[in-house]
Amino acid sequence: MLELIQQYGLYFLIGQYPSGPLGGLALTLILAAMGLLLSLPLGLAFGLMRVSPWGWLRGPVTGFIYLVRGMPLLMVVFWAYFFLPSITGVKTDQFWTMLIALVVFDAAYLAEIVRAGIQGLPRGQMECARSLGLPYLRAMRSVVLPQALRNSLPSLVNQFISTIKETSLGYIIGLTEVSFIANQINTLVFTKPAEVFGALGFTYFVLCFGLSRFAHGMERRLARRGLGSHIAPKVAA
Amino acid sequence: MTSFDPQMLLSGQYHDMLMAGLWMSLQYLAFGLCLSLPLGLLIALCRLSPFKALRALGACYVEVVRSIPLLAHMLFWYFGVPELLPTALKEALYEGPVESICAVLAIGFYTAAYMAEDIRSGIRAVPPVQLEAARAIGLPYLRAMRLVILPQAIRLTVPPLISQTLNLWKGTSIATVIGAAEMMYQAGQVESQSFRSFEAFAFASIAYLGVSLAITGLASWFQHRYPVRTM
Repeated sequence: MLELIQQYGLYFLIGQYPSGPLGGLALTLILAAMGLLLSLPLGLAFGLMRVSPWGWLRGPVTGFIYLVRGMPLLMVVFWAYFFLPSITGVKTDQFWTMLIALVVFDAAYLAEIVRAGIQGLPRGQMECARSLGLPYLRAMRSVVLPQALRNSLPSLVNQFISTIKETSLGYIIGLTEVSFIANQINTLVFTKPAEVFGALGFTYFVLCFGLSRFAHGMERRLARRGLGSHIAPKVAA
Repeated sequence: MTSFDPQMLLSGQYHDMLMAGLWMSLQYLAFGLCLSLPLGLLIALCRLSPFKALRALGACYVEVVRSIPLLAHMLFWYFGVPELLPTALKEALYEGPVESICAVLAIGFYTAAYMAEDIRSGIRAVPPVQLEAARAIGLPYLRAMRLVILPQAIRLTVPPLISQTLNLWKGTSIATVIGAAEMMYQAGQVESQSFRSFEAFAFASIAYLGVSLAITGLASWFQHRYPVRTM
């Protein structure tokens, strides 16, 4: 095991980086972080549209969310992989393909988190703001969203964990993230598959478990401050 | 892009391949459910048991399994586990449909962790006085669980369990990485043989979506038919 780490540890962490493209665990983290950051504004917009009082906004977005949530991420990745080049005419590399698929996929899930956060607030908040004379969008922006988003912070961290786990699907389109690298190391070593994939699992575990503890602590702190009194319904990851 | 050709999806060899894939995926769903549901219940009961060691074991299982992506589980089960088995068992495994067995094991063990959490939170949502009252009238712990707590918890747990089933269904697509001949794999095969990627992926998408919507429909039917009764 030690020998394995000594020989392939660096490759596992950053891929071929100084002499080739960045890969491994670093790429997984960059992909997950970028995926979540880019899907945040999109998810927020979709979430707002999903609860908006205007049917022509709500309808298409609800359809989109059902569509994406009903499909496996792998399907979205395949669509992006095969059809982005034919639509845009530019050959998209694996990184951008995966990123675009992740953004589209996560946006649908984030939209549901935002919606759950908004609908988890007492209805009186909106009614109060409206009766004070704020227009709908102002009331949403200044009264409802600040509270709703704070309540859904733990769900956001959980979504980040899901995103880290989702990046592993880059393996299938040949993106050199950590699972792909692990498989390559397995092919090179050949005799120790259990150790290599065990190490891969352990890496994900350290990363995701740490983050989930963080989310848990945050949830508790929010509950103590009385903000989480109406805990947003859990959105299935 | 050439024009969409629905004919190849309705008959012929590509149709057969895709349908075989769909059937395989549905089988994974069924077997995965058969494995994960009892296992999830077992783990949930461990996590709620009065013994500290069992609680810790259950918590470890849930945290470890949930923190690792399904794809890594698949790779581990397919490449890693057979190497750890004794030779006779390994040969017996390779005689059979090894990809399918590993895929179902990976999906089942993975989903069990999520289901355990849903079952546990359902059981915990039943007020603790119910258990105390059941114990006070002389029921042993397991009887009290079976006769008093579980019937109430089931209404709370079934909707999230159905949504986990949906995740299980979507997870079957990942079995393609170990070469199990499920729908995603077959769609890829059809794509590479016929160069009709749009048709192949449209079929797979619609099939995934159809089953997903059916499962979602089941969840909302259940919630409507058996609403949660609050104390």
